[in-house]
Amino acid sequence: MADMASMLDVSVWRGADEGRFVSYPVPRRENQTVLDVVTYVQRRLDATLAYRFSCRVGMCGSCAMTVNGVARWTCRTHVGRVARDGRLRIAPLRNMPVIKDLSVDMAEFFAKAARAKGAFRPTADRTADFAVIAPDSPRRRRADAAIECIGCGVCYASCDVVTWNPDYLGPAALNRAWTLVNDERDGGNRERLAAVAGDAGCHACHSHQSCMERCPKHLNPTESIAGLKRATVLAALTGKL
Amino acid sequence: MGPFGLAGGSRDHPAYWAFAVHRLSGLLLVLFLPAHFYVLSRAIQGAAALDAVLAWTEGPLVKAAEVGLIILLAAHLTGGLRLLAVEFLPWRDWQKTLIAVTAGASLLIGLGFLINVA
Amino acid sequence: MSARAETLLWLAQRVSAMVLAVVVAVPIGTIIYAVQGGLSAQEIIGRVQGNTGWLAFYGVFVAAVAVHGPIGLRTILREMTPVPARLIDVAAAAFAVLLAWTGWQAAYGLYGFGGA
Repeated sequence: MADMASMLDVSVWRGADEGRFVSYPVPRRENQTVLDVVTYVQRRLDATLAYRFSCRVGMCGSCAMTVNGVARWTCRTHVGRVARDGRLRIAPLRNMPVIKDLSVDMAEFFAKAARAKGAFRPTADRTADFAVIAPDSPRRRRADAAIECIGCGVCYASCDVVTWNPDYLGPAALNRAWTLVNDERDGGNRERLAAVAGDAGCHACHSHQSCMERCPKHLNPTESIAGLKRATVLAALTGKL
Repeated sequence: MGPFGLAGGSRDHPAYWAFAVHRLSGLLLVLFLPAHFYVLSRAIQGAAALDAVLAWTEGPLVKAAEVGLIILLAAHLTGGLRLLAVEFLPWRDWQKTLIAVTAGASLLIGLGFLINVA
Repeated sequence: MSARAETLLWLAQRVSAMVLAVVVAVPIGTIIYAVQGGLSAQEIIGRVQGNTGWLAFYGVFVAAVAVHGPIGLRTILREMTPVPARLIDVAAAAFAVLLAWTGWQAAYGLYGFGGA
C-alpha cells in the first residue's frame, strides 16, 4: 500500500553550531525509519552529509538525533509516527557542540560521567572470594533499575537544566553514580557523594522528568537523582560530606 | 542561529508544565510578598490607616488580583507537595496522577476564595 | 560555595517548604473564611492584637518565607540570567533580610497594635 508517488519534506541541519536547514525530497515508504531517511539523503542526494549510526537495530544508541524537536533514536523511530503531515525536521542532539551536520561532540558528556565518579571502585582483590549479593536486596534492586544505561545522550540532550547550567553533570552521569552508590562492593562513596552534591550536581535537578520521558530504555534518572539528593543530605547531616 | 530556536517539542509534557507553573508562581509570589508585608505593617499607623488601605483593596481590580494570587499560592503549594513526594517518597507512575490532582486542588482553592469574594 | 553548603541550602529549601505548607494552609483557609463578610481593620486587629499565639504563628511564617523565597530566587537568577554567582548570593541574602524585616514589622505591628 506504499504510495510511491508520495514524498517526504525533510529538513536536515547542515553546518556546525552555525548553519541552516536544507530541504531534501525523500520518497516515502512503508516501514521507514528516520535513520532510513537520513541514509537515503546521504547515499542518493548529498554525500557530504555527516551522521552517526552503528547497529541500526536499537541497541547501541549511536543514531540519536533531534527529530521534530524531540531527541530520539532514529533507527527506532518510524516515520509514520513522527511525520504527521509528511514533514521531518532532523537536527543534531541538543546541549552538545556540533562537529558537523548531525554529529555532535560527546566529550563533555563523558567527561561529566567521570566527574560524577561514575567508575567502580573495588574493595576486594583477586584473591578474595566472590561477593554474594542477593538480587532482590533493596540496594541491588535500586541499582538494577538504573543500570541499563548505554550512554546514548538522549536524556542529556533533553534536559533543560543542562542547557541553563553548563556545569550541571546531567541525568546520565548522575544516574550512573546512583547505581554505584547502591553497589555494596564499591568503596568510593565518600568522594562520589561529594562529587554529585551541589549546584552542579543532583541539587540542580528540578524534576522536569524530560529525561524519563525521552529515555529509549525507559530508565528514570529523576528517581535516581532524587535518591542522590536524599543520600547527600544524609551525608551532610552526619558529617560524611 | 543554531538548530533549535525555542526548542519546542521536547518540553511538551505535563511534568514540564508543572515545573513552569511552579517556577512562575514562585517568582510572582516572592516578588509580591514585600508589598503584602508593607500593607500589613501600615497597621502600626493605626486602624484608620489600615482601613484606608483595606478600602482600596475592595476595588474590583484588586479583588481580581487577589483571586489570582490565591490561585498562584494554591498552585505553588500543591505543586511543591508533589515535588516533595517525588524527591522523598519512592513513587513512580503515581506522579502523573499527582500532577492532575494538584492542579485540580489549586483550582478548587482559588474558586473557594472567588465564591466568598463575589 | 562548597558542595556541603549547597547541599544544606537545598535541605533548608525543602524543610522551609514543608513548614510553609502547614503554616500557609491555615491563612488560606482563614482568608476564605474571613473574607466572607468583607474585611475591616477592626476585625483583623481584633483577631490578632495581643494574641501571642498568632504572633508566634506569623513569626514562623515570616522566618520560613525568608528562607524559602530567596533560595528559590537564587536558583532562578543563576539559571536564567547572566548575573555572576557571587552577586546573586549577596542579592539573595539581602532579599532574605528584607523579607524577614518587613514581615516581622507587619506581624509585630498587628500584634502590638497600640493607639487608635
